[in-house]
Amino acid sequence: MAKSIAQEFTKGLWEEIPPFRLVLGLCPVLAVTKTVENGIGMGLATTFVLVCSNILVSSLRKVIPGKVRIACFIIIIATFVTVVELVMQAFTYPLFLKLGIFIPLIVVNCVVLGRSEAFAFKNGVVRSLADGLGIGIGFTLALAALGAVRELFGNGTLTIWETPIQIFGPAFQPFTFMVEAPGAFICLGLMLCLMNLVSSK
Amino acid sequence: MREMIKMIVVLTVLSSFSGGLLAAVRNKTIDRIEVQQLTFVKGPAIQAILEGASNDPIVDRFKLEYEGGEASFFVGVFNGEPAKIAFESAGKGFGGEIGLMVGVDIKADKIIGVGVTTHSETPGVGSKAQTDPSFTKQFQDMDLMSTFQVKTDGGQIDIITGATITSRGVAIGVTQAGALYKSLKPQIEAKLKEFK
Repeated sequence: MAKSIAQEFTKGLWEEIPPFRLVLGLCPVLAVTKTVENGIGMGLATTFVLVCSNILVSSLRKVIPGKVRIACFIIIIATFVTVVELVMQAFTYPLFLKLGIFIPLIVVNCVVLGRSEAFAFKNGVVRSLADGLGIGIGFTLALAALGAVRELFGNGTLTIWETPIQIFGPAFQPFTFMVEAPGAFICLGLMLCLMNLVSSK
Repeated sequence: MREMIKMIVVLTVLSSFSGGLLAAVRNKTIDRIEVQQLTFVKGPAIQAILEGASNDPIVDRFKLEYEGGEASFFVGVFNGEPAKIAFESAGKGFGGEIGLMVGVDIKADKIIGVGVTTHSETPGVGSKAQTDPSFTKQFQDMDLMSTFQVKTDGGQIDIITGATITSRGVAIGVTQAGALYKSLKPQIEAKLKEFK
Protein backbone atom coordinates (compact mmCIF):
# COMPACT_ATOMS: atom_id res chain seq x y z
CA MET A 1 0.00 0.00 0.00
CA ALA A 2 2.88 2.33 0.72
CA LYS A 3 3.36 4.51 -2.31
CA SER A 4 6.44 6.55 -3.11
CA ILE A 5 6.14 10.31 -3.05
CA ALA A 6 6.34 10.40 -6.84
CA GLN A 7 3.39 8.02 -7.00
CA GLU A 8 1.39 10.22 -4.65
CA PHE A 9 1.98 13.04 -7.10
CA THR A 10 1.23 11.20 -10.32
CA LYS A 11 -1.91 9.48 -9.10
CA GLY A 12 -3.70 12.83 -9.26
CA LEU A 13 -2.88 13.17 -12.93
CA TRP A 14 -4.62 10.02 -14.14
CA GLU A 15 -5.64 7.38 -11.60
CA GLU A 16 -7.49 9.78 -9.33
CA ILE A 17 -7.90 12.82 -11.58
CA PRO A 18 -10.64 14.65 -9.64
CA PRO A 19 -13.54 15.47 -11.98
CA PHE A 20 -13.26 12.29 -14.04
CA ARG A 21 -12.21 9.62 -11.58
CA LEU A 22 -13.30 10.89 -8.20
CA VAL A 23 -16.20 12.74 -9.85
CA LEU A 24 -15.85 15.44 -7.21
CA GLY A 25 -16.05 19.22 -7.41
CA LEU A 26 -18.30 19.17 -10.43
CA CYS A 27 -19.95 22.53 -9.77
CA PRO A 28 -17.00 24.68 -10.94
CA VAL A 29 -16.05 22.07 -13.54
CA LEU A 30 -19.37 22.46 -15.30
CA ALA A 31 -19.89 26.15 -14.69
CA VAL A 32 -16.62 27.88 -15.54
CA THR A 33 -15.22 25.81 -18.40
CA LYS A 34 -16.62 28.01 -21.13
CA THR A 35 -13.10 28.92 -22.22
CA VAL A 36 -9.67 27.39 -21.70
CA GLU A 37 -8.53 30.49 -19.85
CA ASN A 38 -11.34 30.26 -17.30
CA GLY A 39 -10.61 26.57 -16.79
CA ILE A 40 -6.90 27.14 -16.21
CA GLY A 41 -7.53 30.12 -13.90
CA MET A 42 -10.02 28.19 -11.81
CA GLY A 43 -7.72 25.17 -11.75
CA LEU A 44 -4.72 27.16 -10.59
CA ALA A 45 -6.72 28.90 -7.87
CA THR A 46 -7.94 25.53 -6.63
CA THR A 47 -4.42 24.08 -6.81
CA PHE A 48 -3.06 26.86 -4.63
CA VAL A 49 -5.78 26.31 -2.04
CA LEU A 50 -5.32 22.54 -2.16
CA VAL A 51 -1.56 22.65 -1.68
CA CYS A 52 -1.65 25.21 1.13
CA SER A 53 -4.51 23.58 3.00
CA ASN A 54 -2.98 20.11 2.61
CA ILE A 55 0.35 21.31 4.03
CA LEU A 56 -1.26 23.11 6.95
CA VAL A 57 -3.72 20.33 7.76
CA SER A 58 -1.04 17.64 7.73
CA SER A 59 1.37 19.66 9.82
CA LEU A 60 -1.35 20.38 12.37
CA ARG A 61 -2.87 16.90 12.29
CA LYS A 62 -1.48 15.94 15.69
CA VAL A 63 -2.79 19.13 17.30
CA ILE A 64 -6.28 19.24 15.82
CA PRO A 65 -8.77 17.28 17.97
CA GLY A 66 -10.70 14.73 15.91
CA LYS A 67 -14.10 16.03 16.95
CA VAL A 68 -13.59 19.51 15.51
CA ARG A 69 -11.42 18.57 12.56
CA ILE A 70 -13.97 19.55 9.91
CA ALA A 71 -14.38 22.99 11.46
CA CYS A 72 -10.60 23.41 11.48
CA PHE A 73 -10.35 22.31 7.84
CA ILE A 74 -12.99 24.83 6.84
CA ILE A 75 -11.20 27.66 8.65
CA ILE A 76 -7.93 26.76 6.92
CA ILE A 77 -9.52 26.36 3.50
CA ALA A 78 -11.62 29.51 3.78
CA THR A 79 -8.55 31.52 4.73
CA PHE A 80 -6.60 30.44 1.67
CA VAL A 81 -9.60 30.93 -0.60
CA THR A 82 -9.95 34.51 0.61
CA VAL A 83 -6.22 35.04 0.01
CA VAL A 84 -6.65 33.78 -3.57
CA GLU A 85 -9.69 35.98 -4.04
CA LEU A 86 -7.86 39.12 -2.90
CA VAL A 87 -4.76 38.34 -4.95
CA MET A 88 -6.83 37.66 -8.06
CA GLN A 89 -8.69 40.92 -7.60
CA ALA A 90 -5.41 42.76 -7.29
CA PHE A 91 -3.59 41.18 -10.23
CA THR A 92 -5.99 39.48 -12.65
CA TYR A 93 -9.17 41.48 -12.29
CA PRO A 94 -10.77 40.59 -15.66
CA LEU A 95 -10.39 36.89 -14.90
CA PHE A 96 -11.81 37.47 -11.43
CA LEU A 97 -14.85 39.12 -13.00
CA LYS A 98 -15.40 36.12 -15.28
CA LEU A 99 -15.01 33.48 -12.56
CA GLY A 100 -17.07 35.59 -10.19
CA ILE A 101 -18.86 33.68 -7.47
CA PHE A 102 -16.99 30.45 -8.20
CA ILE A 103 -13.80 31.68 -6.53
CA PRO A 104 -15.36 32.04 -3.04
CA LEU A 105 -17.17 28.78 -3.71
CA ILE A 106 -13.85 26.89 -3.72
CA VAL A 107 -14.44 26.78 0.05
CA VAL A 108 -17.16 24.21 -0.44
CA ASN A 109 -15.40 22.32 -3.22
CA CYS A 110 -15.43 18.68 -2.18
CA VAL A 111 -12.05 18.07 -3.78
CA VAL A 112 -10.33 20.38 -1.30
CA LEU A 113 -12.19 19.22 1.79
CA GLY A 114 -11.96 15.63 0.59
CA ARG A 115 -8.18 15.74 0.31
CA SER A 116 -7.87 17.26 3.79
CA GLU A 117 -10.10 14.63 5.32
CA ALA A 118 -9.03 11.57 3.34
CA PHE A 119 -5.36 12.28 2.89
CA ALA A 120 -3.67 15.18 4.65
CA PHE A 121 -5.12 14.37 8.08
CA LYS A 122 -3.53 10.92 7.93
CA ASN A 123 -0.24 11.55 6.14
CA GLY A 124 2.97 13.54 6.54
CA VAL A 125 3.68 16.99 5.19
CA VAL A 126 5.77 15.99 2.16
CA ARG A 127 3.30 13.35 1.05
CA SER A 128 0.42 15.77 1.50
CA LEU A 129 2.25 18.37 -0.54
CA ALA A 130 2.79 15.87 -3.34
CA ASP A 131 -0.83 14.76 -3.14
CA GLY A 132 -2.17 18.33 -3.20
CA LEU A 133 0.04 19.32 -6.10
CA GLY A 134 -0.86 16.20 -8.09
CA ILE A 135 -4.60 16.47 -7.53
CA GLY A 136 -4.48 20.22 -8.17
CA ILE A 137 -2.62 19.89 -11.45
CA GLY A 138 -4.92 17.05 -12.46
CA PHE A 139 -7.90 19.28 -11.71
CA THR A 140 -6.37 22.10 -13.75
CA LEU A 141 -5.67 19.81 -16.71
CA ALA A 142 -9.18 18.40 -16.60
CA LEU A 143 -10.72 21.86 -16.53
CA ALA A 144 -8.46 23.07 -19.32
CA ALA A 145 -9.29 20.04 -21.46
CA LEU A 146 -13.01 20.46 -20.90
CA GLY A 147 -12.73 24.19 -21.54
CA ALA A 148 -10.76 23.60 -24.72
CA VAL A 149 -13.30 21.17 -26.17
CA ARG A 150 -16.25 23.37 -25.26
CA GLU A 151 -14.71 26.59 -26.49
CA LEU A 152 -13.37 25.04 -29.68
CA PHE A 153 -16.73 23.68 -30.78
CA GLY A 154 -18.94 26.26 -29.14
CA ASN A 155 -17.07 29.33 -30.30
CA GLY A 156 -14.40 28.21 -32.74
CA THR A 157 -11.66 29.81 -30.63
CA LEU A 158 -9.12 29.00 -27.93
CA THR A 159 -8.38 31.62 -25.28
CA ILE A 160 -5.07 31.17 -23.54
CA TRP A 161 -4.24 34.66 -22.32
CA GLU A 162 -7.01 37.23 -22.78
CA THR A 163 -7.00 37.20 -26.61
CA PRO A 164 -9.01 34.44 -28.30
CA ILE A 165 -7.19 32.60 -31.08
CA GLN A 166 -9.34 31.70 -34.08
CA ILE A 167 -8.85 28.03 -34.85
CA PHE A 168 -11.41 27.51 -37.57
CA GLY A 169 -11.88 29.99 -40.38
CA PRO A 170 -14.56 32.67 -40.42
CA ALA A 171 -16.89 30.26 -42.25
CA PHE A 172 -17.22 28.16 -39.06
CA GLN A 173 -20.72 28.03 -37.64
CA PRO A 174 -20.34 27.90 -33.84
CA PHE A 175 -22.10 25.03 -32.11
CA THR A 176 -23.27 27.28 -29.29
CA PHE A 177 -24.92 24.40 -27.46
CA MET A 178 -21.46 23.43 -26.22
CA VAL A 179 -20.87 26.60 -24.22
CA GLU A 180 -24.27 26.39 -22.54
CA ALA A 181 -24.98 24.36 -19.41
CA PRO A 182 -26.34 21.18 -21.06
CA GLY A 183 -23.28 21.10 -23.32
CA ALA A 184 -21.11 20.98 -20.20
CA PHE A 185 -22.85 17.86 -18.92
CA ILE A 186 -22.70 16.10 -22.27
CA CYS A 187 -19.08 17.04 -22.81
CA LEU A 188 -18.15 15.78 -19.33
CA GLY A 189 -20.02 12.54 -19.98
CA LEU A 190 -18.24 11.97 -23.27
CA MET A 191 -14.85 12.62 -21.70
CA LEU A 192 -15.61 10.20 -18.84
CA CYS A 193 -16.61 7.64 -21.43
CA LEU A 194 -13.42 8.19 -23.39
CA MET A 195 -11.26 7.84 -20.28
CA ASN A 196 -12.99 4.60 -19.30
CA LEU A 197 -12.53 3.24 -22.81
CA VAL A 198 -8.81 4.02 -22.80
CA SER A 199 -8.13 2.62 -19.35
CA SER A 200 -10.24 -0.54 -19.74
CA LYS A 201 -7.91 -1.89 -22.42
CA MET B 1 -13.15 18.46 30.07
CA ARG B 2 -9.53 18.56 28.93
CA GLU B 3 -10.59 17.67 25.42
CA MET B 4 -13.16 20.44 25.47
CA ILE B 5 -10.57 23.02 26.43
CA LYS B 6 -8.21 21.73 23.77
CA MET B 7 -10.90 22.06 21.10
CA ILE B 8 -11.65 25.62 22.12
CA VAL B 9 -7.99 26.59 22.24
CA VAL B 10 -7.20 25.04 18.85
CA LEU B 11 -10.17 26.67 17.14
CA THR B 12 -9.44 30.05 18.72
CA VAL B 13 -5.78 30.01 17.81
CA LEU B 14 -6.52 28.87 14.28
CA SER B 15 -9.19 31.53 13.78
CA SER B 16 -7.06 34.34 15.11
CA PHE B 17 -4.14 33.22 12.97
CA SER B 18 -6.27 33.20 9.83
CA GLY B 19 -7.80 36.53 10.78
CA GLY B 20 -4.34 38.04 11.09
CA LEU B 21 -3.18 36.55 7.80
CA LEU B 22 -6.23 37.86 5.97
CA ALA B 23 -5.84 41.33 7.45
CA ALA B 24 -2.22 41.39 6.27
CA VAL B 25 -3.12 40.26 2.74
CA ARG B 26 -5.96 42.74 2.55
CA ASN B 27 -3.70 45.55 3.66
CA LYS B 28 -1.17 44.68 1.00
CA THR B 29 -3.69 44.39 -1.84
CA ILE B 30 -6.27 47.06 -1.05
CA ASP B 31 -4.68 49.82 -3.13
CA ARG B 32 -4.10 47.62 -6.13
CA ILE B 33 -7.65 46.31 -5.98
CA GLU B 34 -8.98 49.85 -5.99
CA VAL B 35 -6.95 50.69 -9.08
CA GLN B 36 -8.10 47.50 -10.81
CA GLN B 37 -11.73 48.21 -10.04
CA LEU B 38 -11.35 51.74 -11.34
CA THR B 39 -9.77 50.48 -14.55
CA PHE B 40 -12.14 47.66 -15.33
CA VAL B 41 -15.48 48.57 -13.79
CA LYS B 42 -15.64 52.33 -13.72
CA GLY B 43 -12.91 52.93 -16.30
CA PRO B 44 -15.03 52.44 -19.43
CA ALA B 45 -17.70 54.84 -18.16
CA ILE B 46 -15.11 57.44 -17.17
CA GLN B 47 -13.34 57.18 -20.52
CA ALA B 48 -16.63 57.51 -22.39
CA ILE B 49 -17.68 60.61 -20.44
CA LEU B 50 -14.31 62.37 -20.52
CA GLU B 51 -13.55 61.35 -24.10
CA GLY B 52 -10.79 63.39 -25.67
CA ALA B 53 -9.14 64.38 -22.40
CA SER B 54 -5.39 64.83 -22.77
CA ASN B 55 -4.63 63.19 -19.40
CA ASP B 56 -5.58 59.92 -17.75
CA PRO B 57 -8.58 60.73 -15.54
CA ILE B 58 -8.10 57.56 -13.49
CA VAL B 59 -4.62 58.66 -12.45
CA ASP B 60 -5.62 62.28 -11.87
CA ARG B 61 -8.28 61.66 -9.28
CA PHE B 62 -8.84 63.19 -5.88
CA LYS B 63 -11.07 62.43 -2.95
CA LEU B 64 -13.28 64.77 -0.98
CA GLU B 65 -15.12 64.09 2.21
CA TYR B 66 -18.67 65.17 2.75
CA GLU B 67 -21.22 64.57 5.41
CA GLY B 68 -21.80 60.85 5.47
CA GLY B 69 -19.14 59.68 3.06
CA GLU B 70 -16.31 60.19 0.69
CA ALA B 71 -16.37 60.68 -3.08
CA SER B 72 -13.75 60.29 -5.79
CA PHE B 73 -13.53 62.87 -8.55
CA PHE B 74 -11.88 62.16 -11.89
CA VAL B 75 -10.36 65.13 -13.66
CA GLY B 76 -10.38 65.53 -17.43
CA VAL B 77 -7.95 68.04 -18.95
CA PHE B 78 -9.21 69.73 -22.10
CA ASN B 79 -7.13 72.33 -23.95
CA GLY B 80 -4.66 72.39 -21.09
CA GLU B 81 -7.27 73.11 -18.44
CA PRO B 82 -8.93 70.75 -15.96
CA ALA B 83 -12.34 71.77 -17.25
CA LYS B 84 -14.43 68.65 -16.75
CA ILE B 85 -14.81 66.18 -13.92
CA ALA B 86 -16.60 62.90 -13.49
CA PHE B 87 -17.76 61.46 -10.19
CA GLU B 88 -19.91 58.70 -8.85
CA SER B 89 -23.47 58.63 -7.68
CA ALA B 90 -26.12 56.00 -7.15
CA GLY B 91 -29.88 55.60 -7.25
CA LYS B 92 -32.17 52.84 -6.14
CA GLY B 93 -33.38 50.74 -9.05
CA PHE B 94 -35.57 47.68 -9.48
CA GLY B 95 -33.00 45.09 -8.44
CA GLY B 96 -30.88 47.14 -6.07
CA GLU B 97 -28.52 50.03 -6.35
CA ILE B 98 -27.62 51.48 -9.74
CA GLY B 99 -24.08 52.89 -9.77
CA LEU B 100 -23.70 55.98 -11.93
CA MET B 101 -20.83 58.02 -13.27
CA VAL B 102 -21.79 61.64 -13.87
CA GLY B 103 -19.63 64.03 -15.83
CA VAL B 104 -19.91 67.78 -15.52
CA ASP B 105 -18.43 70.87 -17.14
CA ILE B 106 -17.20 72.97 -14.21
CA LYS B 107 -17.70 76.38 -15.81
CA ALA B 108 -21.23 75.91 -17.07
CA ASP B 109 -22.40 73.36 -14.46
CA LYS B 110 -23.75 71.39 -17.40
CA ILE B 111 -23.87 67.61 -17.58
CA ILE B 112 -21.50 66.25 -20.20
CA GLY B 113 -22.48 62.65 -19.81
CA VAL B 114 -24.03 59.99 -17.58
CA GLY B 115 -23.00 56.35 -17.57
CA VAL B 116 -24.18 53.31 -15.60
CA THR B 117 -21.28 51.45 -13.97
CA THR B 118 -22.88 48.73 -11.87
CA HIS B 119 -26.46 47.51 -11.67
CA SER B 120 -28.56 44.44 -11.03
CA GLU B 121 -31.55 45.37 -13.20
CA THR B 122 -33.53 42.90 -15.32
CA PRO B 123 -31.39 41.83 -18.30
CA GLY B 124 -32.80 43.14 -21.56
CA VAL B 125 -35.22 45.54 -19.86
CA GLY B 126 -33.72 47.66 -17.08
CA SER B 127 -30.21 46.78 -18.19
CA LYS B 128 -30.78 49.02 -21.22
CA ALA B 129 -29.93 51.93 -18.94
CA GLN B 130 -26.34 50.71 -19.32
CA THR B 131 -26.34 49.40 -22.88
CA ASP B 132 -28.64 51.80 -24.71
CA PRO B 133 -26.94 55.20 -24.89
CA SER B 134 -30.10 56.99 -26.06
CA PHE B 135 -31.46 56.92 -22.50
CA THR B 136 -28.49 58.45 -20.71
CA LYS B 137 -27.90 60.86 -23.60
CA GLN B 138 -31.02 62.74 -22.54
CA PHE B 139 -29.15 64.17 -19.57
CA GLN B 140 -26.48 65.71 -21.74
CA ASP B 141 -26.25 69.52 -21.67
CA MET B 142 -28.84 69.78 -18.90
CA ASP B 143 -28.12 71.87 -15.83
CA LEU B 144 -26.76 69.54 -13.15
CA MET B 145 -28.19 71.68 -10.36
CA SER B 146 -31.78 71.03 -11.44
CA THR B 147 -34.08 68.24 -10.29
CA PHE B 148 -34.52 65.30 -12.63
CA GLN B 149 -37.72 63.35 -12.89
CA VAL B 150 -39.11 60.88 -15.37
CA LYS B 151 -42.03 61.99 -17.54
CA THR B 152 -44.42 59.65 -15.72
CA ASP B 153 -43.76 61.72 -12.60
CA GLY B 154 -44.17 64.97 -14.50
CA GLY B 155 -40.48 65.48 -15.23
CA GLN B 156 -38.35 65.84 -18.33
CA ILE B 157 -36.76 62.39 -18.81
CA ASP B 158 -38.22 59.81 -21.20
CA ILE B 159 -38.39 56.38 -19.56
CA ILE B 160 -36.99 53.13 -20.94
CA THR B 161 -40.00 51.10 -22.07
CA GLY B 162 -40.99 48.67 -19.32
CA ALA B 163 -38.40 49.96 -16.89
CA THR B 164 -39.99 52.89 -15.08
CA ILE B 165 -38.35 52.05 -11.76
CA THR B 166 -34.89 51.77 -13.32
CA SER B 167 -35.35 55.06 -15.18
CA ARG B 168 -36.57 56.72 -11.99
CA GLY B 169 -33.54 55.34 -10.11
CA VAL B 170 -31.17 56.87 -12.64
CA ALA B 171 -33.00 60.22 -12.48
CA ILE B 172 -32.79 60.22 -8.69
CA GLY B 173 -29.13 59.28 -8.85
CA VAL B 174 -28.35 62.18 -11.17
CA THR B 175 -30.34 64.58 -8.97
CA GLN B 176 -28.32 63.42 -5.95
CA ALA B 177 -25.13 63.89 -7.93
CA GLY B 178 -26.25 67.47 -8.53
CA ALA B 179 -26.84 68.04 -4.82
CA LEU B 180 -23.42 66.60 -3.97
CA TYR B 181 -21.77 68.72 -6.64
CA LYS B 182 -23.52 71.84 -5.36
CA SER B 183 -22.40 71.28 -1.78
CA LEU B 184 -18.81 70.43 -2.72
CA LYS B 185 -18.26 72.91 -5.52
CA PRO B 186 -15.99 75.29 -3.55
CA GLN B 187 -13.74 72.38 -2.53
CA ILE B 188 -13.73 70.97 -6.05
CA GLU B 189 -12.65 74.31 -7.47
CA ALA B 190 -9.95 74.64 -4.83
CA LYS B 191 -8.63 71.18 -5.69
CA LEU B 192 -8.64 71.95 -9.39
CA LYS B 193 -6.60 75.11 -8.79
CA GLU B 194 -3.96 73.05 -7.01
CA PHE B 195 -4.06 70.72 -9.96
CA LYS B 196 -2.67 73.36 -12.27
